[in-house]
Amino acid sequence: MYGNDFPGEDPPGGLLGEVEAAEAALRAAAERGRGAIEPSEDLAAYFAEVVAADQKIEPRDWMPEAYRRTLIRQIAQHAHSEIIGMQPEGNWISRAPSLKRKAILLAKVQDEAGHGLYLYAAAETLGVSRDELVDLLLNGRQKYSSIFNYPTLSWADVGAIGWLVDGAAIVNQVPLCRCSYGPYARAMIRVCKEESFHQRQGYEILHTLAHGTPAQKAMAQESVDRWWYPSLAMFGPPDGDSTHSAQSMAWKIKRFSNDELRQRFVDMCVGQAEVLGLHIPDPELRWNEERQAYDFTQPDYDELMRVIKGNGPCNRQRMEHRRRAHSEGAWVREAAAAYAAKRAEKEKVAA
Amino acid sequence: MNGPFAFTLALGDDALVAAQRLAEWTTRAPEMEEDIALANIALDQLGAARLLLSYAGELEGAGRDEDALAFLRDDREFRNCLLVELPNDDFAVTMAKLLVLSAYQVPLYTALADCPDERLAAIGGKARKESAYHLDHAALWVKRLGDGTEESHRRMQAGVDQIWPYADELFAAWPEAPVDPATLRSDFDHTVSAVLAEATLTVPEVGWTPVGGRDGVHTEHLSYLLAEMQVLHRAHPGARW
Repeated sequence: MYGNDFPGEDPPGGLLGEVEAAEAALRAAAERGRGAIEPSEDLAAYFAEVVAADQKIEPRDWMPEAYRRTLIRQIAQHAHSEIIGMQPEGNWISRAPSLKRKAILLAKVQDEAGHGLYLYAAAETLGVSRDELVDLLLNGRQKYSSIFNYPTLSWADVGAIGWLVDGAAIVNQVPLCRCSYGPYARAMIRVCKEESFHQRQGYEILHTLAHGTPAQKAMAQESVDRWWYPSLAMFGPPDGDSTHSAQSMAWKIKRFSNDELRQRFVDMCVGQAEVLGLHIPDPELRWNEERQAYDFTQPDYDELMRVIKGNGPCNRQRMEHRRRAHSEGAWVREAAAAYAAKRAEKEKVAA
Repeated sequence: MNGPFAFTLALGDDALVAAQRLAEWTTRAPEMEEDIALANIALDQLGAARLLLSYAGELEGAGRDEDALAFLRDDREFRNCLLVELPNDDFAVTMAKLLVLSAYQVPLYTALADCPDERLAAIGGKARKESAYHLDHAALWVKRLGDGTEESHRRMQAGVDQIWPYADELFAAWPEAPVDPATLRSDFDHTVSAVLAEATLTVPEVGWTPVGGRDGVHTEHLSYLLAEMQVLHRAHPGARW
């Protein structure tokens, strides 16, 4: 595993323990079984009972059409984010400052491609094909996480993406390990484990820079300054404006609100920033004894909306890159299909 | 510059420059599975490069580690073959390059695994298994493309024609090296011609066989590749990463 071959410590307040707890809960639920819940004629009632008992809905089960559509949209958006998310970090593979860092980064970007494939496979259990989903991404009808529409301008950005962006992603995704849809929950357990290695390597890059030369430390701080608020925006609009949340909570697809998760992320980062020796660029950031949480400045949600609508710094570049790779690879995919067809034909003749 | 240091350095540079080129495919491959496969092969090459360059640094005894050798030498000091520095071009050219490189590295690392130098033998033992996978992967694609569609056949033949002249340099005699590459040629010819035949492709006529990489006289491409690879490391002299 390239992601963890360095001696550095884990960032304090890591989430791997929660992933392991979710995995244990998943196993326990499977052992418990659906027990007393009897399959009934009333499919909707049965579905509701299974969800209420914290058992998993599986592909063979009946499910409400809106539940299926919500999951397809969410899992596909997650898969697209992994695939598009390869670009900002991939931008630094060729210039990584040591061979070890190059190897770790290359392996990390490769992991993201693997997560993408794994998630597309989870979405396919809901009766949609990967090709359809890729088309929806390429023609702009499905989105990916807006964070990847920001540019990676320095090597420290590779560290900041690992620490903040992967960190926010994990805070978002750890509850999904307990999602009511079985294939998604299981995919998320595996993804979260790898993401926690990613977060650790990003943290370690920043730690090295922050304790390096003055130019390296400045590079690290400048990067955190740029990535802090976009990372906070990754949790989505504030609860009052979130359109999908209530129903998803009822279905146990989503378990915490956007604002709850954002708070959890801020509370986690403050201690980590102190250990890094880097400054979180928020003059209002302070401990609130009463709430037992940090007060902080909200990200600019107008900016988030602009980026979601396609007008972030790199939206066009990211989509153009993906479309070009897809179209330039068309002749290769056609050749592979033609070759496979010829082979199948030969085998049929031989048999 | 001769003996095991020069040989180890040459092999390390082959692997490093190959890794740098293969990694350029990341996020650009024709299908997502291939993105992962090419990154895997790049990682293997990079892993071999790190072992070889670290050992080369020890053999030289001048205190240079893998990063000093990778980031602080100019193009004229690199000893990689010309093949690996050629631009990726389209996927067919990349697969032609990978076929030639891996059909050379498999017998090379296999022979190295039995050489008297224990360190090189250990590196060869590890790398030959990886190279066998690279060869499988490249051979499969050359066959798919060669015997796929009309367009893919045309592109694959053009890729082989373009790359073929650069194969000769790999097997230039080096009698004092731990493994003399000249002894690997027949193995290579056997492997590659079988793949090309199955792929319905023609082995090109060789008229022109460029050399120079092992003496540090490269194509125009290497300097650009290194400029990009080395820019950040060189901008912060003495920094740790």
